[in-house]
Amino acid sequence: MTEAEFVRAYEIVGADFTNAGRASTSIKETLKNMGLASALIRRVAIAAYEAEMNTVMYARRATMTLHVTPADVTIDVQDEGPGIPDIQLAMQEGYSTATAAMREMGFGAGMGLPNIRRNADQFAITSEVNRGTALVMTVHVG
Amino acid sequence: MTDAHYHSIRFDASACHGCMACLRVCPTQAIRVRRGHAVMIEDRCIDCGECIKVCAKNAVVPLTASPSGLGGYDYTVAIPSPALYTQFDGEVTPGTILQALRNSGFDEAATLSWSCGAVTHAIELYFAEYRGPGPLISSFCPSVVRLVQIKYPELVDQLLPVLSPREVAAREAKRKAAADTGLPLDRVHAVYVTPCPAKMVSIVDHPGMEASYIDSAVGISDLFPLLAPVIREVQTSHAKVPETETAAGLGWAFSINLPSTLPAEDTLSVWGLPNVLRILDDIDKGKLQRYTFVECHACFEGCVSGALTVENPYVARARALRLQQSLPKRDLVDAAEMRARHERGEFRTTVPFAVRPPSPLGRDIVTAIARMQERDGIAAGLPGIDCGACGSPTCATFAEDVVMGEAEQAQCVVLRQGQLEEQLARLAAQGAAATQERGREIR
Repeated sequence: MTEAEFVRAYEIVGADFTNAGRASTSIKETLKNMGLASALIRRVAIAAYEAEMNTVMYARRATMTLHVTPADVTIDVQDEGPGIPDIQLAMQEGYSTATAAMREMGFGAGMGLPNIRRNADQFAITSEVNRGTALVMTVHVG
Repeated sequence: MTDAHYHSIRFDASACHGCMACLRVCPTQAIRVRRGHAVMIEDRCIDCGECIKVCAKNAVVPLTASPSGLGGYDYTVAIPSPALYTQFDGEVTPGTILQALRNSGFDEAATLSWSCGAVTHAIELYFAEYRGPGPLISSFCPSVVRLVQIKYPELVDQLLPVLSPREVAAREAKRKAAADTGLPLDRVHAVYVTPCPAKMVSIVDHPGMEASYIDSAVGISDLFPLLAPVIREVQTSHAKVPETETAAGLGWAFSINLPSTLPAEDTLSVWGLPNVLRILDDIDKGKLQRYTFVECHACFEGCVSGALTVENPYVARARALRLQQSLPKRDLVDAAEMRARHERGEFRTTVPFAVRPPSPLGRDIVTAIARMQERDGIAAGLPGIDCGACGSPTCATFAEDVVMGEAEQAQCVVLRQGQLEEQLARLAAQGAAATQERGREIR
């Protein structure tokens, strides 16, 4: 009996550094309010924050959706943006296409995508150049 | 005495007339107005006292001791927060104020000067050994500690496990009093003269310790009217009073005196709960790892702006700076003694900081999912203007309160107004149709 599912979508706007991080903060608060274990929340929150910042830095916009079932917490992000030409390269730790200005702000260490994968039990990413990137990460509740 | 659910403030329903002032300022959304009176949600309150500061009806009552209730102990030591020295107009020195405390019934009055220096050394020694994740977060403001325990449970291990100057001062003063009088330690009563009710929380249930060294607290605002005439007496008597406070001690009235081994550019000083919340949020996201230490104060101007102070905090701050210039700058702490006592763990907290997460929407995940869905459904229909007229501080908290059965959707005045307008429009349309009908009949 696992039909129960909570779904909430967040709109993220590219280059909006003022509100950057709000969606992942809200996701974290929501999971806490649902009584999930603190270690699980931390993993989801880190992944959600990295995904949110990727949108703010590189994409025009994105929809980030939180799904909670008794079995899993899933975050999926669909962005409209430049896309990633070489996903294998982008998944390498330390690889980054961040500009000098982004690095100035403390981003661009090339740890975003690897961090998301590290915190996920399941992870998938697809991308189309000049269209956008879709990313799904799942953490098991049990 | 320990009581994990203790709070240092209480709402007086007979004085509260249900305005929304406290509801709006509460940084953790721990207040609701129900049936015309403010009530506290106990597992969210951090005892910061913002509600006391804004209440025009004195309906938020601090549960500090009354100055008249301090008799009945064999020996009572007053330990004033350095904020007390900044509250009196004119050239009133800390020595005069301490003497006035002795003349008002306290057997002794002790300063925080040695303990402030000792804690600065203890922080230095702790950092020399610390290898864990950064930054560490100051633990001297009880409201900040409660905030971390409630809202940022993942950060409790980053709270600085060093005793506060007030705890160290109370311990030393009690030991000295016991040695001087021959009384057993538990017959010596230490009273903190406090700028805020939050210190009561750390007296009743001290995070990181089995028990506090302080036995009770009296608010500066309660003591002020009694102390002011005694201070004048001490001044006019021209009695020679010892000056035991130091410049470093005064500095702690508004900020932590950090050791020079922690360069200012590697630390952050944050004042005011909205700012503290933002910083803790960033630490929680792992963003501030390059910093070694974050000093957090719940009050905007540090302890001189606590809810139980009487003087304008900016004036108090200027006075503290003037006093700092006139007081000796000596370091009272002996480095060798300090190291030996540090190695014995004398300046460390003794138990881990506990977490205190508020109760979730549902006890099991299936219930929580259902309630969260319901919450979002309700929230989507609300105006989102956070007016507070329903008695909840925001539309989002109202939606949760409705789901939890603590409020009814009909309490939203904006929704009700919309429904009324629709009803009126419907009635008007019906009326117009009826008139037309009648008109036809007449013709």
